[in-house]
Amino acid sequence: MQHGQYTKKVLDYFKNPKHAGDVKNASGVGQVGNPVCGDMMKISIAVKDDRISDIRFKTFGCVAAIGSTEALCRIAKGKKLADAKKITSKDIAKELGGLPGIKMHCSVLGADGLKKAIDDYEKKQRGKKTRK
Amino acid sequence: MRTIYLDNGATTKIDPKVLEAMQPYMTEKYGNASSTHHKGQEAKIALEDARSLIAKSINAKPEEIIFTSGGTESNNLAIKGLAFANSRKGKHIITTNIEHDCVLNACKWLETQGFKVTNINVDKEGFIDPAKLEKAITKDTILVSMIHGNNEIGTIQDIKSLGEICRRKGVFFHIDACQSYTKTEIDVRKHNLDLVTINSHKIHGPKGVGALYIRKGINITPLAHGGGHEQNLRSGTENVPSIVGFAKAVRIADKGHARQMVKMRDYLIEKVLKIPETYLNGPSGDKNGDRRLCNNANFRFSYVEGEAIGGYLDAKGICSSTGSACSSRSLEPSHVLMAIGLKPEEAHGSLRLTISRFTTKEEVDYVLSVLPGVIKKLRAISSLGGF
Ligand SMILES: Cc1ncc(COP(=O)(O)O)c(C=O)c1O
Ligand SMILES: [Zn+2]
Repeated sequence: MQHGQYTKKVLDYFKNPKHAGDVKNASGVGQVGNPVCGDMMKISIAVKDDRISDIRFKTFGCVAAIGSTEALCRIAKGKKLADAKKITSKDIAKELGGLPGIKMHCSVLGADGLKKAIDDYEKKQRGKKTRK
Repeated sequence: MRTIYLDNGATTKIDPKVLEAMQPYMTEKYGNASSTHHKGQEAKIALEDARSLIAKSINAKPEEIIFTSGGTESNNLAIKGLAFANSRKGKHIITTNIEHDCVLNACKWLETQGFKVTNINVDKEGFIDPAKLEKAITKDTILVSMIHGNNEIGTIQDIKSLGEICRRKGVFFHIDACQSYTKTEIDVRKHNLDLVTINSHKIHGPKGVGALYIRKGINITPLAHGGGHEQNLRSGTENVPSIVGFAKAVRIADKGHARQMVKMRDYLIEKVLKIPETYLNGPSGDKNGDRRLCNNANFRFSYVEGEAIGGYLDAKGICSSTGSACSSRSLEPSHVLMAIGLKPEEAHGSLRLTISRFTTKEEVDYVLSVLPGVIKKLRAISSLGGF
């Protein structure tokens, strides 16, 4: 087992995630990864006044993948969309107090998932505007 | 927190009686078995007693047993040593696609030295079809090397049939018996075995010691040259305390333990399979521990990942292992699980639980009380399966 190399924070986020699940009537959803490579994450967000008012994750993956998506949710919650888009894998790893090198891809996936969710929200917004 | 150790396929705890047997050879009986004085002879006697006992356990002669530093070294000595000593007869080696890394990589390295290696594919339960083996043997084949009891999925090969083919075709037959030794019968005469790898730390003996059975008359080139110990095949002062411990572990192991483990294993398997969308990897329907290792259970749970399962189990004190990609250094799923035809996403959800004769029913019941909740929780947060 590799979780011997994990920080306390990773293990805590992995064991006690506060943001697991789906946002009901989500403003945007982003899915990244695939089950073949072993990690697949779904990030759903609620947006209010241009801020992320709620964010949840669903993750098929390892300890680092689950810990990373929980960390992402904690960082992103309450942030303005423009700032949330700037969250990188490094921010996630930092929040976790570090990740084993081989597990860095998990944090990259998390950050990409949020970007996709925001893209999805913005696309829907544009759709609404043009329909008006 | 209490520990429930269900990773006995990785290694086992030392039996207290083994430790007790070893101790004098680290304190009072510290002689070098090559020395002619009484301290040396004390060690020499212990060494030869251990050799005889281990030889007898597989129906070999004492002079056919070489002590090594463990399974990895024995496998390397068997495969590379035999290949180099017999390369004039041929340069083709046959192995399987479910080997331990040390066999896999020894064979890979031999390919860089001009040898040709054929990997036979196993079936869905991990068995080698004897007809396939027979077909793979060519005029150039010198060695067939295969894992006897598989460390991941527990498959035990029918060495009697496979050995017969090798003997009839005139090729040497090596088995890696690290997992199967003392758990199912190994008889070098009855099973037509030429080389057998065994080690100590899987059977409640110390780590870093093993042995290689080399049938009398077979030529092997040593890997380590030196003072000519172990019939010039493995130089270096013998690790007498560990060898004594190894032999003690062999002496303690008996058929009753295997029967007891089969019962416990089957109880565990039956209960775990009650968790929805859960499957057994490796052979099913084994009654006597002769088709599947008596201590091995390997499951896969849909929609969840093995390292995460292990992480939650570990938090509850339970030690397990997985063949998931995320838990491996290479980020590839286990080659053994791929070899039995699992899809990568199925291999990721694997969990291996390996018991020992020290595992109690109460411990298994504790695992059974924890595992369903772990799977449920992970499925609830998984992006797969629509929970
Ligand atoms: C089947 C098999 N072969 C070889 C080995 C290597 O043995 P050792 O750890 O003694 O080098 C192991 C155990 O790790 C094993 O399970
Ligand atoms: Zn991962």
